[in-house]
Amino acid sequence: MSAPNSNKTSASALRNISFWFAVSALLCLLLVDLDISTADPWAELSLMAAGALSPSVWSWPTLLSSLANTFAFALQGVTLAAIAGFALALGYRFTLVRAFCAFIRSIHELFWALLFMQIAGLSSLTGLLAIAIPYAGTLAKIYGELFEEVDPAPANNLPVNKRRPLSEFFYSTLPLAWRSMATYTSYRFECAIRSSAILGFVGLPTLGFHLETALSDGQYSEAAAFFYALLLLIGTLHLWLHKRLLPVYLVAVFYYLPPQATISWQLLVRFVSEDIVPAPLRGQTLVNAETVNNVNQWFYALWQLQIWPGLINTVLLGQISLVFTGLLALVLLPLNSSLFLHRRWKRGIGDSLLILLRTLPEYLLAFIGLLILGPSMLPAILALGIHNGAIIGHLLGRYTEELCLRADADRGITLYFYEVLPRIYRQFLAFLFYRWEVILRETAILGILGIATLGFYIDSAFETFRFDVALLLILVSAALNISVDQFARYLRQQLQLKTVPESL
Amino acid sequence: MKDVLNQPAPLFQFSDQRLQYQGRTVLDKLSLSIASGERVALIGESGAGKSTLLKALREQHPDQVAWCPQQPGLVPILSTFHNIYMGALDSHSLAYNLLNLIKPLPGARTAVEPIAKQLGLEQQLFSSVDTLSGGQQQRASIGRALIQQRPIFLGDEPVANVDEYQADALLQLICQQHQTVILALHDIEQALSICTRIIGLRDGTIALDAPSDQLQASDLTGLYGAS
Repeated sequence: MSAPNSNKTSASALRNISFWFAVSALLCLLLVDLDISTADPWAELSLMAAGALSPSVWSWPTLLSSLANTFAFALQGVTLAAIAGFALALGYRFTLVRAFCAFIRSIHELFWALLFMQIAGLSSLTGLLAIAIPYAGTLAKIYGELFEEVDPAPANNLPVNKRRPLSEFFYSTLPLAWRSMATYTSYRFECAIRSSAILGFVGLPTLGFHLETALSDGQYSEAAAFFYALLLLIGTLHLWLHKRLLPVYLVAVFYYLPPQATISWQLLVRFVSEDIVPAPLRGQTLVNAETVNNVNQWFYALWQLQIWPGLINTVLLGQISLVFTGLLALVLLPLNSSLFLHRRWKRGIGDSLLILLRTLPEYLLAFIGLLILGPSMLPAILALGIHNGAIIGHLLGRYTEELCLRADADRGITLYFYEVLPRIYRQFLAFLFYRWEVILRETAILGILGIATLGFYIDSAFETFRFDVALLLILVSAALNISVDQFARYLRQQLQLKTVPESL
Repeated sequence: MKDVLNQPAPLFQFSDQRLQYQGRTVLDKLSLSIASGERVALIGESGAGKSTLLKALREQHPDQVAWCPQQPGLVPILSTFHNIYMGALDSHSLAYNLLNLIKPLPGARTAVEPIAKQLGLEQQLFSSVDTLSGGQQQRASIGRALIQQRPIFLGDEPVANVDEYQADALLQLICQQHQTVILALHDIEQALSICTRIIGLRDGTIALDAPSDQLQASDLTGLYGAS
């Protein structure tokens, strides 16, 4: 273009960042394994489809109890997380509190579950804590940011002769933030049900446990029954989980599944003082040159064989999935927009499809994908893209409803590219960058399914009782998530994107 | 424009019609006809129904109307070039439009550049419209109407945000390029000097309808203020 440099364009920064993200994803694509290794993926798919069309329940008590467990872990976990998150949010202006929250939410609930299982076994306490801890970190961040965002005028109008910060908080800040807090917490509850179901994949008695068993055995009709139960649970929440009934449900879940575990103190002490200590340091009272040398060698070997390849694969897969998520979101958004689907019923179908795709946990999608396509990065990319793309597409579609278009605006594809896409692009990037950290967390966790991301090495370390290695790798994945979160925050500020999320 | 002889069929016609805006009746029992070649100014307080009337006029001949609404509806991050070109979207193929979005095509540039020059926007042609001043944005909006090359121009306060000197020049330009021009205006002097016919709206009806050479500014002040 012959345009001189004096042109002021607000699009060029957005265009550049999108370009570099797309290029990086393409480069990553060259480096990863995308082969379909199963002999006949269509055969497996048609078996699954046949199962999906003929769901069968082999044991109603099992189905109902795993459904109840899934609900109970989620409700208990989010309740505890909301209380702890609220307390943490009160101190959110302190860097230390913010860092602590970032740390606990950077570790995925499955990793927390694997850690607690070593101490508390496959107990109800393990399930509760695995959800409550990372969710507390997330909720603290959201509550804290909401408190910072509220209109300061009401607080400024209070008498100033004697400050009572906490009273002021309860009289001005909290009432103003309350509605958003409630909305966001209820959205998080839906996520917690997905997390709770997925905890079954590592052995807790939720829907995921039976889903995994049935899917692995090729019992697709039985798997379908558990699958539909999960969809039904999430899809009907708004019908029966009313605010006023919440205390009843809370009492019920704590009565039904009291958080308890038989913790052997001996085991706990051993776990903390020996198991998670790097092997060369165990039983060493004095640190001498030889120990330092041993630790170095231990770390170097780990770095070469596990940390570096795990990190690289996590980043590669995360980057591809992020860009694929973005593309899919842009393709899917018309499904939830009256600008493109004029008829109410058509839009209703489109919206339901997006909600359905969003409801499917990416971990479960990836597991199904692996059964069909065989072990490679492909099922992981598809799973992450579909789940996250549907979430962002749904939000963007709703966002387009607020656009004011001229009476003589064009229609169809031209409308999309000339009017809608440029107007929503900032919002789109803001949503995508919010989702980045989540996608990366999920990427790491998909390793448990056999894709060589950090989760793969973490899972193997747990299986071989090398808890020192497991902990180190979990810390590495936490550090990666925190860095990406910081980088995404930096990009949002640079590009002047909206900084407070709505429901991501 | 030449005067219309022998009462041809009117271009726009309303007989005893009710016009509503968001479910509220704005103009009632409206009877009005406008012939091709007229230059009409709609005058009246804000809320008198000028925009509603313009919208109803547009609906009578959507394919012949170059539309210039009060809210320009420009796309913020796109350039002035693209925002002007958008008026011509429906006269090109989808592929052409999409290519032109990625990289301005020579044909589109030849169409847009003279218009941008007439509007004094050639320096800002490839700047995003959200970096432009209010007056420049309004000129870009007029550009989008001009590129359509339609016989009828419907404008809702098309020059409200530019200074008086520029406003006159812009209105002249609009009148040169369109056979029929209907403008909602708040500047009475402007209306009298540019248009051949003045329609005054008040209290949901047409309170005044006369050729502008039979009117003086003082005749129009009755349309404003408390009744």
